Amino acid sequence: MFIRLLKEAFRLTPAFLFGSTGETLTEKSGHLNLGTPGIMCMGVAGGMIGINLYDKICGGFENASPVLTFIFVVFFALLLGALSGLIFSFFTVSLRCNQNVMGLAYTTFGIGFYGLIFKTIESSHFQSIFFYNNYCSTINTLFISDQACTNNFQYLFGANGVLWFMSFTIAIAVAVVLKRTKVGLFVRAVGENAGCADAAGINVSTYRYVTTIIGSAISALGGLYYFVEMNVGLLEFGNVDAYGWLAVALVIFTLWKTDLGILGAILFAFLFKLPEIYGLPSPQLNMLFQYLPYFVTIIILVMISAFDKKAAQAPGNLGIPYFREER
Amino acid sequence: MSPSLLVLLNMKKNLVLQLKNISKSFGKVQANSNVSLDLYEGEILSLLGENGSGKTSLMNIVAGIYFPDSGSVEIKGEPVKITSPKDAFKYKIGMVHQHFKLVDIFTATENVVVGLDKKTRASILEDSENVKVQETKEQPKENILKRVFNFITKSNLKDSADRIKNICNKYGFVLDPNKRVCDMSVSEKQTLEIIKTLYRGVDILILDEPTAVLTPQEIDKLFAVLRKMKEAGKSIIIITHKLNEVMDISDRITVLRKGELIGTVNKVDTSIEQLTEMMVGQKTELNIERSEPKGKEKLLEVKNLSVKNAFGHDVLEDISFELKEGEILGIAGISGNGQKELLEAIAGVQPIANGEVIYHRLKKNKPVSFYHKSLNQIKTLASEGAFHTSKGEKVNFEGITNFEIRNRVNNGEILFNDNETMLLKGKNPREIRELGIHLAFVPEDRLGMGLVGNMNINENMMLRSYRKGNGPFLNFKKPRDTAEKIINELEVATTSANVQVKKLSGGNVQKVLVGREIAYAPSVFMVAYPVRGLDINSSYTIYNLLNKQKQNGVGIIYVGEDLDVLLALADRILVLCNGKVSGVVDARKVDKRELGALMLGK
Repeated sequence: MFIRLLKEAFRLTPAFLFGSTGETLTEKSGHLNLGTPGIMCMGVAGGMIGINLYDKICGGFENASPVLTFIFVVFFALLLGALSGLIFSFFTVSLRCNQNVMGLAYTTFGIGFYGLIFKTIESSHFQSIFFYNNYCSTINTLFISDQACTNNFQYLFGANGVLWFMSFTIAIAVAVVLKRTKVGLFVRAVGENAGCADAAGINVSTYRYVTTIIGSAISALGGLYYFVEMNVGLLEFGNVDAYGWLAVALVIFTLWKTDLGILGAILFAFLFKLPEIYGLPSPQLNMLFQYLPYFVTIIILVMISAFDKKAAQAPGNLGIPYFREER
Repeated sequence: MSPSLLVLLNMKKNLVLQLKNISKSFGKVQANSNVSLDLYEGEILSLLGENGSGKTSLMNIVAGIYFPDSGSVEIKGEPVKITSPKDAFKYKIGMVHQHFKLVDIFTATENVVVGLDKKTRASILEDSENVKVQETKEQPKENILKRVFNFITKSNLKDSADRIKNICNKYGFVLDPNKRVCDMSVSEKQTLEIIKTLYRGVDILILDEPTAVLTPQEIDKLFAVLRKMKEAGKSIIIITHKLNEVMDISDRITVLRKGELIGTVNKVDTSIEQLTEMMVGQKTELNIERSEPKGKEKLLEVKNLSVKNAFGHDVLEDISFELKEGEILGIAGISGNGQKELLEAIAGVQPIANGEVIYHRLKKNKPVSFYHKSLNQIKTLASEGAFHTSKGEKVNFEGITNFEIRNRVNNGEILFNDNETMLLKGKNPREIRELGIHLAFVPEDRLGMGLVGNMNINENMMLRSYRKGNGPFLNFKKPRDTAEKIINELEVATTSANVQVKKLSGGNVQKVLVGREIAYAPSVFMVAYPVRGLDINSSYTIYNLLNKQKQNGVGIIYVGEDLDVLLALADRILVLCNGKVSGVVDARKVDKRELGALMLGK
């Protein structure tokens, strides 16, 4: 039973991890992108568009290759995510809009866009629900299927899709880049004190654009993962944005560190799946458990402000736009 | 060696930086006009001038923060265009800004390498400072495993840290390269800023008011380092307005006044007196009417006032003065010498560490009915003997009916014997207001402390009176009337009273703020730099408003930076220097140069 719970938790982890990794990267450059839930929805929409296109190109499910399917799906999810980041940066950096307002507006837009694409594809009479199911299961078990596992280790870590491995790799890569490289140092400088970075010769706008675009693209994969892996490709209007909000909470919970984010995401997923697998006696208790991730995030927020350790705080210029006054 | 010989020696040295006829304006304000300046190799040049004389903007042009409207910058004889701080580093110019540009949570090393890409790093390695490190770097290539290990253990910054240590040893700095900036003291931060520029291999170092934040011991250390840098052939420009430091460290001194170049002198040829005169200039006549102060009663008394800043340093020390009714007390001083804190301490915004602010409510010979309505209060005060009658007799209410007392009070027969004194220490602005003291304060930062930029004129009027009135709804009538009145009387250029204040020009914002404070019928009126950024007409409107208030018996404290205006407008001038009173002088008799000397603490 516990192994099954762990497996389920591991399976859910990337849905949080992608979102939080992307958002952490964005926030490290000083951009508070509350559009993450919307961007994750855009990822789903991108995945649907991609698979639709590929289906038209290859002329039916029978001729499809799993690898190309995967490439199409991921490419379009990344594309829409990057586009979201570009729009967000354009509004906040170039047009100097308020980041909070822009982010929230984008969340609303993303959810709406996801719904629109979903309805369009559903009503286009094109194949059945199982079309997605079949396509996606190929991505799902590129390596080894759950049934073929011989031991628990294989069951827990081996029998996962490409996206699952990608989520952890990206999280570690982002952590390394941010912590250990010059570029990472520059990104952090922009997020901590944009004026200082500017005086040191760093182009603040470029850095914010690029990190936000990359971060959003990563976040979009979170939505896609939820769609293909958790929904097993079923055409079903899921609440992807809820995972987006949890991803944003996770950023705070992990103190803006993507390597810690892996543990945080596993914990969130564990708490999320616990009532489902064990079947808690009452629905109230069920709800209580699902509430826990939010609750611990609040506790963490209280703790970091109580201890007031500067290194553990949010980036100094988070949410603050930067304009060099006059030249 | 004779002075003239030294000049000759200077002439022989290489010219490293030359500014030719630089002009720069911000909107209507001319920051620099036709300023030329030479800097030689291995010298320390002081840039001297009062606030707003354009020292910092001139240096910001050299450092690539601003771009000049006209004029040219030449480095070693070649004309160059410096459009960004990066360009400035390319030409080996570094500037330490007054407000440090450091990332708090980064270590010293991280702060130093921020913004350095491969190209700039390569040019740094060419620099003589780093030759030693370069040599050690030319070891056989480390194997990949070791490089990965270095990468993981974060020692890729170790080279940089070593180079920083080298610089420290060379010039005698003390700094731990792995210390985080948030754990550093102010002087360490400044050291780091200087190292940051040296690391980039600068030949020209600009320091903007480097001593403003340092203790005397730290200043000595800094100067020792600067002398060492000078010996190493670097050229240094120090922006300052402290004359003794100028005489201590510099080789030559360039004086700016109101954006214009007054002159450049060799230190050995000059004296503090000459520099003072160059800084403040000759007296210019202003056409401001000045009436004699009206009353003689004390209105406000400040006794031994001390104020500490957030770091526990004294920003005001032992300030004592008094303000009489119907007089304008000017406060002179180079800005940052405690003017802001003084006004804020009186207004109840800034906590007072020591001393007392006493307000005298002028009740002497004024009718009781004007201040007190309650019969019981009047009776108690009468029994304490606080009153006399209009005929000068003692007041005795014993055996008189309440009705009769009320009659006599209402007829104005009962007068106060004395003024009432009130202690303002420890009271916030609201408590002061609730005591019935009309204290008006026009702060330096108009849109920060005085008005709310996003609100319209009506709403800003309401900020003063929102507590008045009953019920949950706001009373819009009165503020609207006040706003209309101010717009008409002070000729505020706006389409209506519903315009957001931030959309008005500086002068109009000031008119709205001053107008609002005057509408509040103050008895003590404090203004800080009320004409800063205003054109001449608006300035005169403000002067006239102040004079009118003065004639109404209001006591005015005027903090200003333009000595000509202070001399023409004020009755007395109190001079602040380093948070202490360096003199209180009669504005009708004092001479501008004396005032300048007092401002500099001489």
